Amino acid sequence: MLGQVGSGLAQLVVPALVGQSSTGSFWLPPPDSVASGAVDHAFHFVMYVSYFFFALIFGLIVLFVVKYRRRPGAEAVKTAKSSLALEATWSLIPLALTIVMFYLGFVGYVELRSPPERAYEISVLARKWSWQFTYPDGTIDNNLHVPVGEPVRLVMTSDDVIHSLSIPAFRVKMDVVPGRYTRTWFQGKELGTYDLYCTEYCGTGHSDMLASVVVHEADDFRAWLKAAGDVLGNNPPAKAGEILFRRHGCGSCHSTDGTPRVGPSLQGIVGQTHAMADGSSAAVDENYIRQSILEPGTKIRQGFRNQMPTYKGRLNDQEITAIIQYIKSLN
Amino acid sequence: MANSADGKLSETNSSAPLNYLNCQRGFLSWALTLDHKRIGVLYLVSIMASLGLGGLFAMLIRAELIAPGETIVKEDTYNQFFTLHGAIMIFLFILPGIPAALGNFVLPIMLGAKDVAFPRLNLASYYLWLVGAVFFLVALVTGGLDTGWTLYVPYAFQTDTRVLTAGLGAFILGFSSIFTGINFIATVHTMRPPGMTWMKMPLFLWSLYATAIIQVLATPVLGITLLLLAAELVLGLGIFDPAKGGDPILFQHFFWFYSHPAVYIMILPAMGIMSEVIPTFSRKHIFGYKFIAASSVAIAFLGFLVWGHHMFTSSQSVMAGTIFSLLTFSVSIPSAIKVFNWLATMYKGSIALDTPMLYALAFLLLFGIGGLTGLFLATLSANVHLHDTYFVVAHFHYTMMGGTLIAFLAGLHYWWPKITGRMYSEFWGRLAAIGVFVGFNLTFFPQFVMGSRGMPRRYHDFPDKFAIFHFLSSLGAFLTGLAMLTALAYLLHSLFRGRRAAANPWGSATLEWQCASPPPKENFTEPPRVGDPYDYDNLTYDAENECFVPMNASP
Ligand code: HEC
Ligand code: HEM
Ligand SMILES: [Cu+2]
Ligand SMILES: [Cu+2]
Repeated sequence: MLGQVGSGLAQLVVPALVGQSSTGSFWLPPPDSVASGAVDHAFHFVMYVSYFFFALIFGLIVLFVVKYRRRPGAEAVKTAKSSLALEATWSLIPLALTIVMFYLGFVGYVELRSPPERAYEISVLARKWSWQFTYPDGTIDNNLHVPVGEPVRLVMTSDDVIHSLSIPAFRVKMDVVPGRYTRTWFQGKELGTYDLYCTEYCGTGHSDMLASVVVHEADDFRAWLKAAGDVLGNNPPAKAGEILFRRHGCGSCHSTDGTPRVGPSLQGIVGQTHAMADGSSAAVDENYIRQSILEPGTKIRQGFRNQMPTYKGRLNDQEITAIIQYIKSLN
Repeated sequence: MANSADGKLSETNSSAPLNYLNCQRGFLSWALTLDHKRIGVLYLVSIMASLGLGGLFAMLIRAELIAPGETIVKEDTYNQFFTLHGAIMIFLFILPGIPAALGNFVLPIMLGAKDVAFPRLNLASYYLWLVGAVFFLVALVTGGLDTGWTLYVPYAFQTDTRVLTAGLGAFILGFSSIFTGINFIATVHTMRPPGMTWMKMPLFLWSLYATAIIQVLATPVLGITLLLLAAELVLGLGIFDPAKGGDPILFQHFFWFYSHPAVYIMILPAMGIMSEVIPTFSRKHIFGYKFIAASSVAIAFLGFLVWGHHMFTSSQSVMAGTIFSLLTFSVSIPSAIKVFNWLATMYKGSIALDTPMLYALAFLLLFGIGGLTGLFLATLSANVHLHDTYFVVAHFHYTMMGGTLIAFLAGLHYWWPKITGRMYSEFWGRLAAIGVFVGFNLTFFPQFVMGSRGMPRRYHDFPDKFAIFHFLSSLGAFLTGLAMLTALAYLLHSLFRGRRAAANPWGSATLEWQCASPPPKENFTEPPRVGDPYDYDNLTYDAENECFVPMNASP
């Protein structure tokens, strides 16, 4: 009975723990980028070594405890107090294994850190708490769209604090540091949509600082880029405003459904009169919104902190007008 | 021997011989004590209170994470929870934990000495700890802290929470740690009794000695880092802030230059406890004494050279990454040596599964997992995938909690009779040990799985695909919490109702078991007999009094 349960469990658990394939293993997500292979290879090597040593430690403990349990009449038996041969064995074997681990990790790391020359370059701007990806033609989006089978290089910087860009499916991660540029690269192998996380703690919205990576067929990618590029030309103003609102990460601080977040909800604000932190009050109209976007520090709404970055130089007049149209449409 | 008479069971208080606890009474006799045992007890109570507070925050974190979305608190409060949990556990509990509480009590007695070399410095270190702790509490109630215990800049410059107060607290706590280190180094050098050469010193002392070296050499760097941080916060110098031309990565180098060696301040004394508990409860001479002692010192020195392994994804150069990876692997070898030597010690022993030994076995398994998963993190390419995910959270809990906290519990149960003069309930002791072990694994094993699948750390919310692992983890945490409360309950109970402890209840051969339980104020009424600290041949079990007595002693 116990044996059956045991072997049943083993059939369930063992493949789960050791299985690995192109669809991923128990531990790792599917390796969907070119460099994933090398990373997974190192991971699995360390994993098998760890299984072995854990089994060894566990096995010896069980064996010794069962065999040498203190019983009346049975005394401890004197054995050698030390043995150079044993010490050498259990230092040199782990040493050799760790050298292999080091080498496997090193090879994968060099690959992860060396973008190919002819890679497609996208600039990344991280800021509390959204991502902004800028394509060579100037198109901006808050999600990362890339063509399949083509190496993509990300050149990244941050506006405020340190963030970190992590795409688990591609096994890449690199800190995004204010005041300098950092680089990483990947090459998607499969079409699909993948998660992108911020993995360096950056304050309130850290766990909302997410984006999607969309891997397109090369032709679809060009088509997407073309459509995304001319937002104002391709959409009516309020719709264009909505897209810009999303792309510029306004949504990470402002909801549009009435719930306050880091900033006030923008639903229905047009026409209201708001109390400010300095005791004054102001009526919300087009000029107020414009000023909020370009000089957010001049009027701080009561109950909120001066946390909004300025968008001067980032949004032009037409874009701001479109966003104002969108905010008005929320009434 | 006269001492074994002290250990005789006496059920009435009136006939209890004078000991360090009842020789003087009153608040001042504690507040101004220079007795290392009393200072040890003060530390013990204080760090256990810190453990309780840190544990409370752990429960709150896990309550928030039991399900996706907002469960009990908003982001900002959650960020405070994990920061305060981490900062309290690190600075108030685990760094001073074993050396200052158990070490203070045991070290001089193990040396057959009356006290540490500098008793006043010892008391000063306790008061510095208190002042540091007060700074932490002030920070906690006046606005909290939300930077993570790592205080990374420039975030630390932009938050409205109490970075300066908490930073000053950590600065002061650092001095407390340095004082303990200096004291232990001096004591071990100058106060060993005749006959106890370096190679005949109990391994717990070797580990405290190696720890003290790190405390004295590394902690000043923490002090400098915190001073620079304060200078920048108060005077606006641009050392670290990129907005003023500073370098935020430099801060990380400074921070880890202390904080990596600090993880060995946490683990080395824990390893020392293993080297006492395992031979005692196996009634076998420790295996490979010299290798265990040397590996403590090797770890202490190598530990200074690996800080960069926390920064493989920080834009540090590939060359630096490569060197730090190599050096990091080199530290794993001395740790492996220790584990195998402890296992070899148990071979053909006579293994008693008393509570301290249960914790020791738990340590071997949990620290084993903690160490092995460290290899994943030392492997450069795997590190990139795993860094700042729950894999790391699980890894450091397996080492710090599965390693140090479990060893602390082993040591606490092992020396409890000596410290308090009372025996706790063995039944409840074992039950709680099993509860902690099961609960711990349920809490942290699922975190390896979600971490390797990409779940980032310090997240208030998470995608649904991780929900099941978070749920299990929270259940495990509550179970662990319950088991720890059980331990607290029976330990407190034993203070009042526990059977009186004999001088040597476990059959240990180190000197602290030659004096009475609890020891008299001067520790020894006659000089102890120094011998091999791991030779159990001369001890035989006295079934009537449930303790061990020297063979040649007349009862
Ligand atoms: C980092 C968080 C953050 C981001 C990103 C952000 N804001 Fe704000 N915003 C705030 C905060 C906080 C306030 C309230 C304090 C103030 O008035 O400056 C605010 C205020 C406002 C107000 C005034 C609201 C009122 O009711 O008075 C408007 C309008 C506004 N933001 C629009 C935007 C737009 C449009 C974007 C994107 C282009 C944006 N914000 C991006 C945080 C943010
Ligand atoms: C039942 C016991 C415990 C539970 C349930 C627990 C749980 C947690 C959780 C959920 C986190 C947050 C992880 C994240 O979001 O990044 C955390 C962080 C941490 N824990 Fe624990 N923990 C426990 C005990 C301990 C102990 C004993 C120590 C050390 C002695 C410790 C040290 C830390 C540290 C240093 C952090 C990092 C904090 C930070 O990210 O700034 N924990 N713990
Ligand atoms: Cu973040
Ligand atoms: Cu480290």
